[in-house]
Formats: sequence, C-alpha cells, structure tokens
Amino acid sequence: MSDGNGAAPPLVRLHDITKSYKRGAQIVPVLSGISFDIGAGEFLALMGPSGSGKSTLLNLIAGIDQPDSGELLVDGVNIGALSEVELADWRAGNVGFIFQFYNLMPVLTAFENVELPLLLASLSRAERRDHVEAVLELVGLQDRAEHYPNELSGGQQQRVAIARALVSDPNLIVADEPTGDLDRESAEDILKLMQTLNRELHKTIILVTHDARAAAHAHAIMHLEKGELSAREEVTGH
Amino acid sequence: MHLLKLISRNALRHKLRTSLTVLGLMVAVLAFGLLQTVVGAWYAKAEAAKANRLVTRNAISLVFSMPLSYRQKIRTVEGVKQVSLANWVGSIYKEPKNFFAQFAVDDMYFDAYPEYVMSEQQKHDYMHDRRGCIVGRRLAETYGFKVGDSLAMRGAIFPGDWNFVVRAIYDGAEKNTDSAQMFFHWDYLNETVKIRYPRRLDQVGVYIVVAADSDNSARIALDVDKLFKNSAAETLTETEKAFQLGFISMSATIVEGVRLISYLVIFIIMAVMANTIAMTVRERTSEYATLKALGFGPGFVGALIYGESLVIALAGGVLGILLTFPVGAGFASQLGKFFPVFQVSLATVQLQLVCAVVVGLAAAVLPARQAGRIKIVDGLRSIA
Ligand SMILES: Nc1ncnc2c1ncn2[C@@H]1O[C@H](COP(=O)(O)OP(=O)(O)O)[C@@H](O)[C@H]1O
Ligand SMILES: [Mg+2]
Repeated sequence: MSDGNGAAPPLVRLHDITKSYKRGAQIVPVLSGISFDIGAGEFLALMGPSGSGKSTLLNLIAGIDQPDSGELLVDGVNIGALSEVELADWRAGNVGFIFQFYNLMPVLTAFENVELPLLLASLSRAERRDHVEAVLELVGLQDRAEHYPNELSGGQQQRVAIARALVSDPNLIVADEPTGDLDRESAEDILKLMQTLNRELHKTIILVTHDARAAAHAHAIMHLEKGELSAREEVTGH
Repeated sequence: MHLLKLISRNALRHKLRTSLTVLGLMVAVLAFGLLQTVVGAWYAKAEAAKANRLVTRNAISLVFSMPLSYRQKIRTVEGVKQVSLANWVGSIYKEPKNFFAQFAVDDMYFDAYPEYVMSEQQKHDYMHDRRGCIVGRRLAETYGFKVGDSLAMRGAIFPGDWNFVVRAIYDGAEKNTDSAQMFFHWDYLNETVKIRYPRRLDQVGVYIVVAADSDNSARIALDVDKLFKNSAAETLTETEKAFQLGFISMSATIVEGVRLISYLVIFIIMAVMANTIAMTVRERTSEYATLKALGFGPGFVGALIYGESLVIALAGGVLGILLTFPVGAGFASQLGKFFPVFQVSLATVQLQLVCAVVVGLAAAVLPARQAGRIKIVDGLRSIA
C-alpha cells in the first residue's frame, strides 16, 4: 500500500472496524474488520456497488453512527468512545457534511442555512455574517443569499450545502453521493469546487460515489465490496 | 431568535393544515369557555352568597312554611344582628314562559342584602307604597319595566290577581349579583292572604339570619335550630351558600356532566392535534436528523417541535377566548331567563388559556420523544 502523504500523521485512522445492522431478528453484517488511514489533506473517493456499506463507513468516520467494535481515531480523538452529546459537539467543530439531497432547511434562506452551524459557536451576529458572506462568495452564490432552497437549482442548492459544510472551518468534509442527484454539468462544477476546497483550503475530503467519473476527481480511490476494502489506487494526474 | 424564526416559519409551512388545526382549537376553546360559563352561571347564586348570612327554613322541606312568631325568637340568639324574612311566590307575568323569581320580603331585607343597590329616593318611594315593588336591572331591561309602571301578575302559589307598581330598580353591586329578581312587601302578601286564604296567615317561607360576625355562623345555626326542636315546625338553618347549593343539588349531576363534557372537548382536540403534530414531525424526520448531524442536540429539535405545537395551540386558544365574549353575550341574551347571571369570568379565561397551553404541550410529547429517539442515520435515510 502506498502512502501519498509520506510521514504526515493520518487524520483518520480505522482499526478493525466492524458494523452490522439488525433486521428483525436477523443480524446483517455490513463492515467486517476494516482498517485503513486517511492522511490530512487527502481527497479520497470511496466506491462500491449499492448496498456495499459505503454510507455506513462514511457515517462512522463522520461520527453520526458508532461501530460495533474496533478503534476509530479522527485527529487523535477516539470518537468511538465519545458520548452522544460529546459526539454532537465534536461534529459541530470537526466535520462538514454534504448530502446527496442537499438537506437544506426549506424554510430558511441560503444565508440562514449557511449560518445554522455557526449558531452552535459563540460568535456575534456580525462575525457570523462575515463568515457566511465569505463562504457564499467562495461557492459563487453571494447574490443568492436571500433565496430559499426551492428558488435555487439542484447545483446551486448543493453549493449552499457546501458553504454550510465549510462555514465552521472543519478539517474533515464528508460527501455522500453529492452529485447523485445532479446533471453532468452541475456535477462537474461541484466536483471542481470540492477539488478547490482540497487544494486551496487543505480540507480532507472523503467522497462516497458509485460513479467512476466522479471518483476520478479524488487523489485516491478505495473500493468496498461485501464488507471488505480493496487496496487503494492512486489517481494519476493530480 | 433563530429558534423562533424556525418555529414560526415551520408552523406556516402547511397553511391549510395549520389553519384547520387553529380552527379546531378555536372552536374547542370557545366551546369549553361557554360550557364553563354555563356551569358558573349555575353556581352564580351560591358564589354570590355572603358568609354572614344564614337561611332558616322548615326542616322537612322548603315547601313547608314556619310561623311568623319565630322571628322574635331567632332575634334572641346571641350574635344575631338582624332577622329578615321572605316568601317565594311563583306568580306569572303575562305568560308562563316569562319566568323570574319573586319574593315577598320585609322592609329590613335590603339591609341584609347590601349588594342590591338602588337610589334612596326610589327606595323611599317603595317603602311608602303598599303595592310597590322593586325589580332588578336585568329584569327591567328584559321586560322593559320602568319606574311607575304597573305590573299585573297571576298568582300560582297564592292564586288570584296581584297588582304592583314598580317603585325602584336595583343594580347588582357585584358581577355575580342576581339582578333578575322582583321584590314586594311581605305585609301586602300577608294582608291579602288574610282575606283570600285565612288558613295561610302569618306563614313565612324563609328567615334570613344575619350574623354580627360570620365566624359565629355555625354556632348560630345550631342555636336557632335548637330553639324549635320538638316543635310543630322544626327548622334547618344553614349558610346562604349551603342553602343555594342545596337548591341546585337536584341538577348538580347534570351540571357536573356539562363540566365533564367541557374537558372532554379539550381532550378530543388534544388527540386530534397530537395526530397532526405527529404527522408533521414524521414528514420532517430528515430535517431533524440533519440538524442533529450538524451538531444540534435533541433539546433544540424538541424545542422546535414543542414550540410549533404551542404556537398553533395558543393561536387557536387566543382566538377561541376572544370569541367567547361576543358568543357568550349572545348566549346571555338568549338564556337570560334561565341564567340570571351569565358572565364569562376571568377564571374561565384563565382556564381556557391553561387548556390551550396544555393541549399544545401534550400534543408534542410523543412526537418530540419519537424525534429525539430516532438515530441520525435512520433519520437521514428517511429521505430516499
Ligand atoms: N440503519 C440501517 N438499518 C438497517 N440496515 C441498514 C441501515 N443502514 C444500512 N443498512 C444496510 O446496510 C447495508 C449497507 O448500506 P449502505 O451503507 O447504505 O450502503 P451503500 O451506501 O454502499 O449503498 C445495506 O444492506 C443496507 O440495507
Ligand atoms: Mg449510500
């Protein structure tokens, strides 16, 4: 296994992670003994057929689900050992989420949606405004700040979601099929934007996708199949 | 601030659903208020009773009377300030449906009932007219009685024609004072009885015993009844309140039924609203999960749900309360004959408000608990 980041300490470290779901009386194993590292500043694509456990794995790393066993360290924090409340605080400061269906609050404007995560930080109204305006500009939507989600295209909504993921300046950004609901052109825009975040803001990004074209925007690709992870392959041209 | 914004905008998301829920609450709170007012009207006389007034009646039943001679004896009981007397006469004014209470009373009666307020001049005129009578303000308004009007009645308990002249109109000093009564001279009644039915001479319906100090009321009641123990007409003396409550005890079951129904109405709207909130919360499962993923705690999500439920319930509640006054006034003019005092009380309004708040909170309990319990990953999956 090659390591694109040399001696830099990994941002994410998984060791022998297992996860299964109960379906009625039946126990369905999803992940069995997953171990790998993700270096700080990496852009990793996680691929695999539908139902292979990509989302499950991503949710564990993002701290919205807990493994059955194994060790999961993110930036040195054993997030598997945190309580639900501690985990919520940890997520607020350390993870940015990008979802397939954007998951914006329909009753809030683009500005207010992006502002949401900042309500959990102790910032003044003016500070919040500055942060929100900066990230909206970064995603190219400064002139759409007062629009509601249903007044925006899918691509624009996803950019609002990216701004929301960025606004609290987390190190880690997780994206679960962020282009799954977009046309090819908008998808390309979003992926380019993610590359920019990675390259210029040094965000560590984990992108879950089943689309090879999307995965090609990452530094490296890992395949998940039947609960097991393949060796990572480096993407050339980055 | 942001919480309130989210709550109010969420509440307005399904305008039709929210409007219907508000409407339902409004009607329920209105119905509750009216039913409570009916109950209050029923107990109004008992509520208006004064602690220093006792009523002495024939121990067997109100239907039986007592000799006039009792008055002197009752006066001898220690602590008694004044003894008045009254006879109920169920006469008819023009038509039987024109029902109102009439009492033949002695001249001191109005000293015992200072809440019947009238001008000195009118009172003087009444005292000097043997056939004079006093009517309450509501009665005067209902039938258009004016001072100087003659009033012809047809006797029922005391058969024959009775002719009066309105000499005074009294106002109630308090909100719950009954001003739908008519009073006339007991002496006039007794003198007429002497001619028409001599066997019923000098008979008194009830004595109103005024205690100098209401703390002594219980002892005075016992002393009065002791005086007439083993006589031909034994007495039963009780506080005015107990006396009035005894009057309505026959219908108390019905009244309590009405009270129960008023709460039942609230309970039903609570169930309906809980269902609406549950439906709304279920639709927003992924939004709540997203908020939680972003780091908001279950308390924030709970506050959104409780807040929205409360806002809707309070909107309906306040509208219902505001409607209670005009609708109550309409009821009062229709039911004035049955309920001399039909007044939406402050206590009723407070109770309506409490009901709205309780409905709002209770409707959110289960949906909020459910939203709090659902795991983030499951909530997020509910999108696709
Ligand atoms: N919350 C859950 N409850 C029960 N089964 C689940 C849950 N989440 C995922 N699964 C199951 O786990 C497997 C992997 O799901 P997922 O991680 O969503 O796959 P992918 O994202 O690769 O399509 C699937 O068989 C799915 O049905
Ligand atoms: Mg998935």
